Amino acid sequence: MAKVPIKVTVNGVEHSTDIEPRLLLVHYLRETLRLTGTHIGCDTSHCGACTVVMDGRAVKSCTVFAVQADGRSITTVEGLEQDGQLHPLQDGFFQEHGLQCGYCTPGMLMTGVAFLKSNNNPSDDEIRHAISGNLCRCTGYVNIIKAYQYAAQKMREGGA
Amino acid sequence: MAPKTSPEIGGMGHSVKRKEDPRFLRGLGNYVDDVNLPGMLYLDIVRSPYAHATIKNIDISKATAIPGVLAVITGKDLEKYNLHWMPTLMSDTQMVLPVDKVMYQAQEVCAVLATDRYIAADGVEAVEIDYDPLPVVVDPKKALLPDAPVLRTDKKDKKDNHIWHWEWGNREATDQLFSEADVTVKEDIYIPRIHVSSIETCGCVASFDKVRGKLTVWMTTQAPHAIRTVFALVAGHVGLSEEKIQVISPDIGGGFGGKVPVYPGYVIAVAASVLTGKPVKWIEDRMENLQADSFARDYHITAELAGKKDGTLTALRIKTLADHGYTDAAANPSKFPAGLFHVCTGSYDLKAAHVEVDGVYTNKPPGGIAYRCSFRVTEAVHTIERMADLMAHEIGMDAAEFRMKNFIKPEQFPYKSALDWEYDSGDYGKALQLAMDRIGYNELRKEQAEKRARGELMGIGISSFTEIVGAGPSKHFDILGIKMFDSAEIRVHPTGKVIARFGTKSQGQGHETTYAQVIAEELGFPVDGIAVEEGDTDTAPYGLGTYASRSTPVAAAACAIACRKIRDKARKIAAYLLEAHEDDLEWEPGKFFVKGSPDRAKTIQEISLAAYTNHPPGMEAGLEAVNYYDPPNLTYPFGSYICVVDIDKGTGEIKIRRFVAVDDCGNIINPMIVEGQIHGGLTMGLGPALYEEIQYDESGNILQGSFMNYLLPTAVETPNWETDKTVTPSPHHPLGAKGVGESATVGAPAAIVNAVVDALWHLGVRHIDIPITSAKVWKLLRDAGVRG
Repeated sequence: MAKVPIKVTVNGVEHSTDIEPRLLLVHYLRETLRLTGTHIGCDTSHCGACTVVMDGRAVKSCTVFAVQADGRSITTVEGLEQDGQLHPLQDGFFQEHGLQCGYCTPGMLMTGVAFLKSNNNPSDDEIRHAISGNLCRCTGYVNIIKAYQYAAQKMREGGA
Repeated sequence: MAPKTSPEIGGMGHSVKRKEDPRFLRGLGNYVDDVNLPGMLYLDIVRSPYAHATIKNIDISKATAIPGVLAVITGKDLEKYNLHWMPTLMSDTQMVLPVDKVMYQAQEVCAVLATDRYIAADGVEAVEIDYDPLPVVVDPKKALLPDAPVLRTDKKDKKDNHIWHWEWGNREATDQLFSEADVTVKEDIYIPRIHVSSIETCGCVASFDKVRGKLTVWMTTQAPHAIRTVFALVAGHVGLSEEKIQVISPDIGGGFGGKVPVYPGYVIAVAASVLTGKPVKWIEDRMENLQADSFARDYHITAELAGKKDGTLTALRIKTLADHGYTDAAANPSKFPAGLFHVCTGSYDLKAAHVEVDGVYTNKPPGGIAYRCSFRVTEAVHTIERMADLMAHEIGMDAAEFRMKNFIKPEQFPYKSALDWEYDSGDYGKALQLAMDRIGYNELRKEQAEKRARGELMGIGISSFTEIVGAGPSKHFDILGIKMFDSAEIRVHPTGKVIARFGTKSQGQGHETTYAQVIAEELGFPVDGIAVEEGDTDTAPYGLGTYASRSTPVAAAACAIACRKIRDKARKIAAYLLEAHEDDLEWEPGKFFVKGSPDRAKTIQEISLAAYTNHPPGMEAGLEAVNYYDPPNLTYPFGSYICVVDIDKGTGEIKIRRFVAVDDCGNIINPMIVEGQIHGGLTMGLGPALYEEIQYDESGNILQGSFMNYLLPTAVETPNWETDKTVTPSPHHPLGAKGVGESATVGAPAAIVNAVVDALWHLGVRHIDIPITSAKVWKLLRDAGVRG
């Protein structure tokens, strides 16, 4: 299949790659760039394990072609830690036991990164709706909601 | 119970933050699809659109013409090596790839090997197969009719679709009690086919080194050691030898029983790697996972309960049809084809019981795995908790009072059940009372009466379950003949740091943390300096793996015993160093000291160094121990759950207003992790109670084959679980602990169903099969003449 060139910024690093137009963004991240923190859990955009942030919005990278990311900026779970400091959400998941097997966790984190940017003082109910496109089979969500609240408070205190 | 160790040491009872989290939070876990080897090929599978059909022809020419497609592997290719069939864990047989016939929709038909996963998928599209459809058997009851087509024509003498009959208990005594009973209740209860749907699907990377003759398989398995032995037994004739098979279970994205079986995809990938000498990756997609991997449940139960007018229960009688699909590939201990279903007398002191189960073949995928429960315990608990509730309502007694009256009393433990289990410990009334106090039971009953008078629908449901976990004592428990012990191997380094390896395999349960806490508890090393490894069969001691809540009951016990062996040696070294008699030494976590002279002490770190630098003459150097633990009994965690529901008369929608879960899993290693396990377990009880079911139409087409219609609870449907605990230690476990990972999944559905039926009882509703969808409730309301 004929390849097309794309230019994508991932976690602050610009990548120029020739790819097949049918290549999904999640496979581009996982296999072309070897950023395997972004996971695949379904074929129908329901589970959210593949969620990344593209130009500030949470998107399911199994439902985005890599060519659609041309010229855009993407953040994956690998890009959250800055200068050895965990993102408040990563810290929240650690403190509140918001993860067990860890498979849905990157998607849960990336959904939260975009969500808390738009609302850093959410109700539990707002958080539940924000993560309704991210399935977790281990935690029962209660501690994930606590982790979001932990991060929201840290972000409010930090003025973020 | 206050922890014996300081937070810095972090032994039992401390909510130590998890050691596995730092890698997962940074996206640095290593799941099987993250394994990437040079020259790796990709395998994709062609699956049958028919539930039952003869394969007339497989045309691979268009597929192999695609650049990058290296081969299409068919059943006939595997037949040359006698690898087209494999044994199941229940000693039935299962096709790896079919030679002439498919038995369920989505069955593997052939496999495409390509240089890239997209090209492999292109190859799958290009394979052309001619099928001749055969009559399909979907309903297990119809499967037993005399005119039903016989499905297993590969079995020479098979004349019907009946697999096995199994029964347990005292039939005569049970029948006698039924004939003498004041009250009996009877109900047909269907516990539908469901699927664990761990968010990570199944897959493997098989890599065969032709020169060394070594096979390495990274694989989503909950039982890597058993898998290695199975590979050696099944493929020994083609040159795989057990010392040259390494199974690595890397980070696992949820298991719940679905990663116990050996699926055909694994075997095909291994065969493809052995044949090509190249690494081969096979990762199933979600639809393959839902449609072809092992199902759970699918029990058609008829249950009867007998009692006296005053509410005293006397006997239980159960008959069950178990739909196994086309082969019995259940994951049960060998001696128990219906698993531990005969724990179905539950928390109640019954005089007699009798249970019968018949296994049946149908044109559905094989399975019969556990779905986060210990071998059919959910089926057992659901039945007895539904029946107990039915009886209480029937005789007009409050459901809590009825349970209190019939519970096995604390002084009766150890308690021999009517079906021969020896319950180790329990205090059921205490747990139920705590749940009632937490939720405000009496006030809720008042509120319910007021609402009912106003025509509003509110229900309160109780489930007081007893689990049976920690398989198991070798006298009764084996899988393919391998006894169900488990193991720990602990090595103390000279600088007082520890590495410990286990035969189990965490899939999210947090073993790296909790096993370290057991070592901290027993030896006083701080958890920070203890590394825990599992899942590599080249390095870890042999064990049967993690499922059926067995890691704490079996492997954590092995860990404690191994630690105590180390402590015994440490005592000798300390005596030598202190120039004291070892009987004069006392232990407190982290050090030995001379009785009455606490200043004359040697820390465990000093002793560790001495074990390599200054050990007593005549003693072997080093400080390490191994234990293979054969539990004397299972452990019996229990709990009481109370659920409050409000039902919308107009839509039939069920709103779970509150759910209080009181669990008792004996002594607790890590309270934070235990609570997390219960939250998750409750949610995996909520799913089957209200949403999850796999159905087939009369042609054998699956109706819930993707996440479009197989509905997992999201955060929106999941209530804010309220948890509490009582602590009744296991008398036989070295740490007094019991398993806990599955209790909530086992106990929760009955509480939810009992609440919904309680809300609708006055309308004539006696039972509703799970999942209780809004549509089912809406229809019941309309049938009862209720309008919104």
